[in-house]
Amino acid sequence: MKKLFLLLTLVSMPAFASGGAHLDEVDIDMSDTASLQRGAGMFVNYCLSCHSAAFMRYNRMAADLQIPEEVVEDNMMFTADRIGGLMKTTMPAEDAKKWFGKTPPDLSLIARSRGPEWVYTYMRSFYLDDNSPSGWNNVLFEKVAMPHVLYNLQGARHAIFKKDEHGKEVFERYEMVKPGSLNEEEFDAAARDLTNFLVYVAEPAQMVRYKLGVYVLIFLAIFFVFAYLLKKEYWKDVH
Amino acid sequence: MEKLMSWIDDRFPLTQVWEEHMAQYYAPKNFNFWYFFGSLAILMLVMQIITGIFLTMHYKPDAELAFASVEYIMRDVPWGWLMRYLHAVGASMFFIVVYLHMFRAMIYGSYRGPRELIWIFGMVIFIALMAESFMGYLLPWGNMSFWGAQVIISLFGAIPYVGDGLVEWLRGDYVISDATLNRFFAFHVAAVPLVLVILVFLHIVALHKVGSNNPDGIEIKKNKDENGIPLDGIPFHPYYTVKDIVGVIVFLMVFSAIIFFAPELGGWFLEADNFTPADPVSTPSHIVPLWYFTPYYSILRAVTWEWLPGGAKLWGVIAMFASLIVLFFLPWLDRSPVKSIRYRGGIFKAALAIFVAAFLLLGWLGTQPAEGINLLLAQIGMFLYFAFFLLMPIYTSLDSTKPVPERLT
Repeated sequence: MKKLFLLLTLVSMPAFASGGAHLDEVDIDMSDTASLQRGAGMFVNYCLSCHSAAFMRYNRMAADLQIPEEVVEDNMMFTADRIGGLMKTTMPAEDAKKWFGKTPPDLSLIARSRGPEWVYTYMRSFYLDDNSPSGWNNVLFEKVAMPHVLYNLQGARHAIFKKDEHGKEVFERYEMVKPGSLNEEEFDAAARDLTNFLVYVAEPAQMVRYKLGVYVLIFLAIFFVFAYLLKKEYWKDVH
Repeated sequence: MEKLMSWIDDRFPLTQVWEEHMAQYYAPKNFNFWYFFGSLAILMLVMQIITGIFLTMHYKPDAELAFASVEYIMRDVPWGWLMRYLHAVGASMFFIVVYLHMFRAMIYGSYRGPRELIWIFGMVIFIALMAESFMGYLLPWGNMSFWGAQVIISLFGAIPYVGDGLVEWLRGDYVISDATLNRFFAFHVAAVPLVLVILVFLHIVALHKVGSNNPDGIEIKKNKDENGIPLDGIPFHPYYTVKDIVGVIVFLMVFSAIIFFAPELGGWFLEADNFTPADPVSTPSHIVPLWYFTPYYSILRAVTWEWLPGGAKLWGVIAMFASLIVLFFLPWLDRSPVKSIRYRGGIFKAALAIFVAAFLLLGWLGTQPAEGINLLLAQIGMFLYFAFFLLMPIYTSLDSTKPVPERLT
């Protein structure tokens, strides 16, 4: 009984999912192969050393993103030796937990569980924080264990907070401390490529789903015409 | 061919069954839009069974493997993603069809005598379908699967004395675990579908015994020609088979549009939290059942009056089950001399409109946190939901009616 009560209290608590934070819109486009390829490059270079995408296979990615398998084998497979292999990380989960305090989550489905807007905003919300073990913090995901792996692209920033009318600290703006190799616009484009790729990884079937759907609907529309005429023909004597 | 048929007919009543249930089963000629949903419900049952069989070939009912096996189906099994979407989205579509089918019965009085048993079989199907989808929802072993099952199974703990033991017995463990997953799998793929198929068979046998109701709520069997054929009846085959094909295609267009372009339907059909594997130590910030359970979930949470004997939770559970059980009594609660809404008075129409509004309100509130104004609205919704049924004997006998014609209009 007590457990049930506890559960129902838990259940009836409001959603804090996004913490009320603002999520930025991102243009997701599965037909933008160039963006997906760039995103794949970023993923294997910056993410895959700690995070896995353990439901994704290299050869599937190669085929869907139109990257020659040799290119994938030579330039993208740092953690696997077979093209049919899964995108696993070489970092042992136990070590990862020791180093970061938490095993970095698998990213196969992150774009479906969090949403593309969240991923896009998250990658662009890191700031320097001396109080955090990694030296980094994130406006969208406070006290996140992950450091800013893209800082040499985006640069290192401070976040400026101000107190609102309730005395609560709210984020106001960023202040660039040390610029990275990309300007803001370029970095946003890079983050969009990475997000686009993660949306693809979350559901590779999207590559065929939309195209097939159009044909299915056209077929059904034609079928409908004949079925309707057949019905009309049979029913013409019913009054 | 004729020889073959007579050979079969000597041994099995094939021609007789065909004629009694299709070619010489006379259905009223004025079926409208609302009459598509019976055949669509059968379509969905068959769809769920067939896609379910294919999913079972690749799915692993094991807490360690289940989540990954679903992703394996989504990625590595040829057409696995299509089977999985057809099945998961199909569950929601099945409920849409069943709810509209039930609403049809309510507006045209199809539950009224002599069709009480059809309605009762239908209600048992509805309950079995809820059990089926509830247990199926655990199988992907996502975090919402886990916590949804946790919440709903815990409800049985509200029963005095036996509650805690019952919960443990249902789960087969102290928590939702591999044991729970395995037994839910057994029920989902074998026990409940078998029961459903038998119930659907009984539902149709009972229907064909008394004949279909119609939008006028008139018995077509009262007016027969010299051969004993209802004057307002037409053979189910070919008239309604060709008509239902049109309905099936339109339905499949809607279904396909969702499957191919928006399988999650903004989280209404596939929830974002279920793309994270089950985690017993991480509760989703907001546990929400799928949309077709939310009206009842709202009623469960609407009872917060702690002064009730046994506590509010117990009465919440009672109210939730009562909201389903009360539907069984509908044939006897309705005292109107007419069946169809076409010949009923304003009171019934208003009551039905309020009921639909309350049902939709409860459904929406079930997806929201139950606090503040939402809680009050849910309580009002619950009150109106029960008032529709419990006051029905009074308002239906007071209500004015229009004269019912002799023949179909």
